[in-house]
Amino acid sequence: MSERIAYLFGFIALSVSLGMGQTSALSLRFPAKVEAGTAFSVPTTGSGTATVYIVGPGDAIRRKVQLGENLAFGPEDLHNAGHYVVFVDGSSTQDTQFDVVASHQPATLSFLAKPSRLSVNRPEGISGVVYVFDAFRNLVLQQEPVSFELADSTGRTQSRSATTRDGVAWVKMNSAAKAGPAQFQAVAGNVREKRVIQQVPGDPCAIRMTARGAGKKERIALETEPVRDCNGNPVPDGTIVTFTETYQGGQSTVDVPLKRGVARTELPVRNGAVISVAAGVVMGNEIHWSGGL
Amino acid sequence: MRIRFSIPLALVVISTLLAAFLFGDAKPSVRVAPIDLVEPRPVETQTQASVVRDYLKAWETLGSAMSENRADLLDGYFVGVAKDKLTDTIHEQQKLGIETDYRGLSHALQVVFYSPEGLSIQLADNVEYEVDVRDHGKAVGTQRVRTRYVAVLTPTESKWKVRVFQSGDRTN
Repeated sequence: MSERIAYLFGFIALSVSLGMGQTSALSLRFPAKVEAGTAFSVPTTGSGTATVYIVGPGDAIRRKVQLGENLAFGPEDLHNAGHYVVFVDGSSTQDTQFDVVASHQPATLSFLAKPSRLSVNRPEGISGVVYVFDAFRNLVLQQEPVSFELADSTGRTQSRSATTRDGVAWVKMNSAAKAGPAQFQAVAGNVREKRVIQQVPGDPCAIRMTARGAGKKERIALETEPVRDCNGNPVPDGTIVTFTETYQGGQSTVDVPLKRGVARTELPVRNGAVISVAAGVVMGNEIHWSGGL
Repeated sequence: MRIRFSIPLALVVISTLLAAFLFGDAKPSVRVAPIDLVEPRPVETQTQASVVRDYLKAWETLGSAMSENRADLLDGYFVGVAKDKLTDTIHEQQKLGIETDYRGLSHALQVVFYSPEGLSIQLADNVEYEVDVRDHGKAVGTQRVRTRYVAVLTPTESKWKVRVFQSGDRTN
């Protein structure tokens, strides 16, 4: 039994000494943080050569190093930000880890502006989200100021500023009262990204129609005034306007799309009829038709 | 009947069994922080569950892709910059003849951002894992890592995929 215990201790001692092995005098002092894409060097101690492995999800490097000399890395060697682990072949005791961090200088912005089209006068209807990346497509995790500007078709602007947190900044903006394309831009450092937000008129605010003889026997010509939203923007062509004629014993309805801002139609003459007009949920005026043509 | 075997052989067998027990199919422990304060869009419980599920699957996929040097495995859970960078690393590993094993031990997850339109969600993960390196099949070493990952996921047809996958400062 005592013989076996002695054998066990001997085996453990041998394993430890093998683990310490030829590189027991080796020391590698990596900086705790390195900026992506910068050159740096790591002093080594000891004698002979060793193989150094630097691995992480962002890169894999293997180098033969002459111990006692500097282990040099060029700007192109480590440019993906992340956490890296250093292994030295033959030394299981060497435990070195370091971070490659993104450059502080923004180089590209991933700018998501939504929606691409919305109606005018919507409070906080537009959202802008910016992810800030450096020249190596690393997310810049340090705080960065980002300014947002939304300029409507008349040139009036809204500005907001935000600071990134974990690489992202966001804002919400109001859509303008004036319809038309708005320029939405985000700026971080020297980088700017632009998006276009189409601001379209809202629902019709009021509708007014007039009636007259159509020139044909027993027909009435109906025509709306230009249909506008509550901010005075012309409602887009194609918006459906509904004319309804209610008479004793029945009802006739005609749906007409707006064309050049107005809707026109003809209805049969029926004495005592009430003619109404509507678009969506908005009702217009009524005409009581009691006369002949 | 008496079974005879040498002590070194027994140590090897025990170590192997222990390693298999400890690391074989062991799943990492996962903690998820409450989602009450996520801005600017509130996260529904169902969304959070699917994001966390797909993120953890992405880690499993990463482990398989890195240990087998198969970039095609990344397609399932990675997209965009994250996929490009991991693919480059796998190609580099192939060129060098090395493989890396990433074994997740624990994840402490927090949703830190959910975009207003629901088009991206960002997680912070204080993760602990072990990484093994093999050079042409020969073991080089193992190290335990604690670090903080930031991941941006975007929705696809059927799941969330990791678009940005980057570790930052160590938490310790």
